[in-house]
Amino acid sequence: MSLEIVRSSASSSPAPGVRVEPQLVKLVDTSTCIGCKACEVACQEWNDLPPEPTTNSTNSYQTMPATTASFWNLIKFNEHEEDAGSLHWLMRKDQCMHCSEPGCLIACPAPGAIVQYANGIVDFQQDNCIGCGYCITGCPFDIPKFNTGTKRVYKCTLCVDRVSVGLQPACVKACPTSCLQFGTKEAMLEIAEKRVTQLKANGFAQAAVYDPPGVGGTGVVTVLAFGDRPELYGLPKDPVVPAAVRFWKGPLKWFGNVAMLGGIAVAAVHFMRYGRKEGHD
Amino acid sequence: MVMLPVERVVRYNLRERLVHAAAGISYVYLLLTGLAFWTPALYWLAIVLGGGYLSRMLHPWAGLVFSAVLLVMWASWRRDMKTTPADKEWRKHIVDYMTNKDEKVPPVGRFNYGQKQFFWLMVIAMWALVISGGVLWFVSSVPAGFAWLRDAAILVHSISALATIGLFIVHLYMGIAVVPGGLSAIVRGEVTREWARQHHSLWKTRP
Repeated sequence: MSLEIVRSSASSSPAPGVRVEPQLVKLVDTSTCIGCKACEVACQEWNDLPPEPTTNSTNSYQTMPATTASFWNLIKFNEHEEDAGSLHWLMRKDQCMHCSEPGCLIACPAPGAIVQYANGIVDFQQDNCIGCGYCITGCPFDIPKFNTGTKRVYKCTLCVDRVSVGLQPACVKACPTSCLQFGTKEAMLEIAEKRVTQLKANGFAQAAVYDPPGVGGTGVVTVLAFGDRPELYGLPKDPVVPAAVRFWKGPLKWFGNVAMLGGIAVAAVHFMRYGRKEGHD
Repeated sequence: MVMLPVERVVRYNLRERLVHAAAGISYVYLLLTGLAFWTPALYWLAIVLGGGYLSRMLHPWAGLVFSAVLLVMWASWRRDMKTTPADKEWRKHIVDYMTNKDEKVPPVGRFNYGQKQFFWLMVIAMWALVISGGVLWFVSSVPAGFAWLRDAAILVHSISALATIGLFIVHLYMGIAVVPGGLSAIVRGEVTREWARQHHSLWKTRP
């Protein structure tokens, strides 16, 4: 297990990583989550994050409306009535999805402030962060959160410090129902598919694995009983890196660079051909 | 041999020159830090200017300074910058002007059509930049439901910044390299009466 970097934000050179490692993935089986919030506590404890006040503005068991710069793992509680009288309590783990194509990293202008390791973990390096917040614009899951004190951005690290020494993330360690599991993507998808088959046999015909291809797949895969409607869980149906960010960091950047250099070149050639106007100073 | 004294006229008074200098300095700071955020190849500009964190912190404030200065400039020059019938004649000969066939170029007032266009395009770009920049300054406070606003701000800010860079290249090149006396006029404020007659013959100079 190494922390070799395979992708680095705002880098004018390719990332140095050459080692081939399996992608490590957290599996979230929402159908076996009991909403105990042990993962929330484990996350705060392991990461030594300051306590965040609980706010009951959601009118539910949910700890607070959304993750914050010092609360990276939030169980979202959603109530859903599928047929009249059948109430489903949908719990979902809101955290960084560790996208294979991270929009945050693509949008970031600070060299090395966001990196992706060979094992797939996307990590913020706050010492390189300049606090511009462009990562927030790049993220389709609304995950990076701005700390107004340090003016830098924070999110789940997938316990990279634990994973790099062969431990599983703190939330997975704390989960009492094995709703959370951790391993190679191959192994996790196998378990997930098995669970989907069980759910289908139990009457959830739309059950599916949430591993959205629009961001290249994710490092957190989620089993959803209502897999055809991830919105019920507060997940975007087909998340992608925003088209504006893609355009800005792709064609627009090329056009802009060529236009700026071209403008200078045209001025130089114009001067060589026509020179200074005649006349008085 | 007795040298005749060269008659000089004031083209830009001290206030105009100071306002122009403030606009220029704040623009160049915005340009350099903005380019650092635009491409990793130029991130070193932010390092030279005190680091990426400091550049990100000061860029919006410099933007406010630039916008405020441009408003002052707008207030004092907007009447001079209106397009006149003489400008429309001048415009027809813009290629002659660009190829230095100045004898074919019709006379104009204090500013020519090109200078006026530069002024107005900069004012328009300033508004686009300051509004989109305001969103980007506080981008972390934009609710996720307003993602379109963040996306629009990024595109408007970068496209209008690129437009000003094009204008800036032309402005610098014309003022320093092409027009003799252009640079000293904006720094020291004076031109010779001959210069005024040659470049801006309809401009009513005061002795």
